[in-house]
Amino acid sequence: MHGEPRDGRIVIVGASLTGLRAAEKLREEGFTGSLTLVGEEPQPPYDRPPLSKQVLLGKVPAGHTGLPQRRELDAQWKLGVRATGLDPIEKRVLLADGAEVPFDRLLIATGTRARRWPHPAEGALDGVFTLRTSDEARRLAERLDAGPRRVLVIGAGFTGSEIASACRERGLAVTVAERGPAPLVGALGGTLGALAAKLQRAHGVDLRCGVTVTALEGDGRLTGAQFSDGTRIDADIAVVALGAVRNTEWLVESGLAAGPRGVTCDAGCRAFDMYGIVTDDIFAAGDVARFPHPLFEYQLLSLEHWGNAVAQAEVAAHNMVNPGPRRRPHLTVPAFWSSQFGLNIKSVGVPTFSDQVVIAQGSLKDARLVAVYGYRGRVTAAVSVNQARSLEYYQRLIETAAPFPPAPGAADQIESPDPVPSDVPDPKLLSHGPTVALTGHLPDRRLTVVQPAR
Amino acid sequence: MNVVVDLNRCQGYAQCAFLAPEVFTMHGEESLLYHPVVPDGQLEQVRRAAVACPVQAIVMGEEAGAGAR
Ligand SMILES: Cc1cc2nc3c(=O)[nH]c(=O)nc-3n(C[C@H](O)[C@H](O)[C@H](O)COP(=O)(O)OP(=O)(O)OC[C@H]3O[C@@H](n4cnc5c(N)ncnc54)[C@H](O)[C@@H]3O)c2cc1C
Ligand code: SF4
Repeated sequence: MHGEPRDGRIVIVGASLTGLRAAEKLREEGFTGSLTLVGEEPQPPYDRPPLSKQVLLGKVPAGHTGLPQRRELDAQWKLGVRATGLDPIEKRVLLADGAEVPFDRLLIATGTRARRWPHPAEGALDGVFTLRTSDEARRLAERLDAGPRRVLVIGAGFTGSEIASACRERGLAVTVAERGPAPLVGALGGTLGALAAKLQRAHGVDLRCGVTVTALEGDGRLTGAQFSDGTRIDADIAVVALGAVRNTEWLVESGLAAGPRGVTCDAGCRAFDMYGIVTDDIFAAGDVARFPHPLFEYQLLSLEHWGNAVAQAEVAAHNMVNPGPRRRPHLTVPAFWSSQFGLNIKSVGVPTFSDQVVIAQGSLKDARLVAVYGYRGRVTAAVSVNQARSLEYYQRLIETAAPFPPAPGAADQIESPDPVPSDVPDPKLLSHGPTVALTGHLPDRRLTVVQPAR
Repeated sequence: MNVVVDLNRCQGYAQCAFLAPEVFTMHGEESLLYHPVVPDGQLEQVRRAAVACPVQAIVMGEEAGAGAR
C-alpha cells in the first residue's frame, strides 16, 4: 500500500457497539489520523441486550445502558444524523443534513432495525411496539409499568421470548404467537424448541404455535388481535418481534454488494462491490455484515450477535490500518447468550448448520443440559441450558471439526445417547427472521440482491 | 463510570455479585444482570469485581461519547 495506513481520514457510519469497538481498536493500533463517527441515533453508543432484560424488568432505566469507552478516542461524533449515500469514486459519505464527509477508508457498521408490522395503519395503533432502540425500550417499559391487561408478543425468536419472559416475571398476562412449530426453533432446532415451548407454558404464557396474527384491531388504540385459526384475543399491547432488517438502503447506489441480506465482505471485512470484486478501502462489520466462514464451508454468515460485533469490529479496524500481509481473518466461532424464564441459554457454533443433535450432558427433563449439533459426522455447534461452564470444551470440538457424535466425557450423564434429527425448519416457516442466516449456498438464491436505483 | 459484561465469557461464577451486589445480581442460577451505569458510591467495589472476575468479562470505562451529546 502506498502511504502510511496509520494516517489519513477514517469515517465510521453507525455509532453503536461495532462502531465504538472499531474506533477504540483503530486508536489502539496506532491510527493517528482523523476519526469521524456518524450515527443516526442522537445518543452515544449504548448496549442493546439489556433492553429486553434488565430494562423491561424495570431494574435499569432505558437511558442507562451506555457502553463504556476503553480508551480516549479523539474522535469527531456526528450523532442524530443519517448517512443517505456513499460516493465510492469521490470517496465521501453523504448525510441527511446535506453535509458530505470525505474519507480515505470507511467502515460500514449500520447494523439492523426492527421489522415493522406489515400493515402500516395497524402498526400505528397506540399500543403496538417494536424493540430495538433505547427509546423503544423506554416507551415499552413505561407501558408495562402501567399494568396492561394482556400483552401480545408476535414472533417467538430470542427477542420475542425474552420480552414474554420479562412480562411474565412482572405478572402480566402474555400471549405469544409464532408461525413456526415452537419458540426458538429457527435458531436451535426441534429438540430445544420443544423444551422452550414447555417452559413458556409452565411459566403461564398463552403460547400459540403454527398460527399467524392476521389483524391487529383497534380504533386509535389497540384493543385486540385476530389469528389465522379464527380465534381472537383482547390485548392492549402488542410487541412485534418479527426479526431485523439490515440498514443497507443508504448504499443502494454505492455499487457495493449491499442488499436485504447485508453488506457482503471477505473474511478480512473488506466489502465486495456488486460484481464480487473486493474493495480495499471500504470495510463492513457487525450485524450489517455478511462474510464467509471456513468452519461452515465458507458459506456467507450474517450474525445478529453481540460477540460477533465486537470481534469483527476489531478485525476490521486492524485491517484498516495494516497493509495486506499483516491483515487478519475474522475466524471467531459464533457465540451468543440469552436469558429467559430463569434459564441461561448459551450457544457456540451455528446450530442451524446441522443435521443431527444429541443431548451430550444433563437432561431435557431438568432443563439443564448441553445439546451438541453435528453436520455430516462432525461437531458444528453446542447449546447449553444452565450449564455454561461446559461450553468451552465443545467450542474446541467445533474448532477442530471433531467427529459427531462426541465421545462421552467421564462426568457426562447422558439421558438419550442417540442423536436425533436436528429439525431445523426452513426460515420461511418462522414468524421472525433467523438471527443466524447461512446464505449463499442455495442455488435458487442469488448471492446479492442489487436494488435498482430509483 | 459505566460497565458492560461480556456474557459470552461470563460463566456465572458470581464473584462480582458478592463484591458489588448493588451493581451485579444473579438472576436464576446462572444469568447475570447488572446496572451499566455504576453509582458513584460503588466504584471501588466494581473495580474489585472486575479484577476478581475469573474470566475477565467485566469492562469498565467512562461512558462512551459522553462529550458528544
Ligand atoms: C433487544 C435486543 C436484545 C439483544 N440481546 C442479545 C443477546 O442476549 N445476546 C447477543 O449475543 N446479542 C443480543 N442482541 C444483539 C446485539 O445487540 C447486536 O448484535 C449488536 O447491537 C450489533 O451491533 P452493531 O453495532 O453491529 O449494530 P446496531 O447495534 O444495530 O447499530 C447500528 C447503528 O447504526 C445506526 N445507523 C443505521 N443506519 C444508519 C445510517 N444510514 N446512517 C447513520 N447511522 C445509521 C443505527 O441507528 C444504530 O445506532 C440483542 C439485540 C436487541 C435489539
Ligand atoms: S465474576 Fe465474572 S464470570 Fe462471575 S458472574 Fe461475574 S462477570 Fe460472570
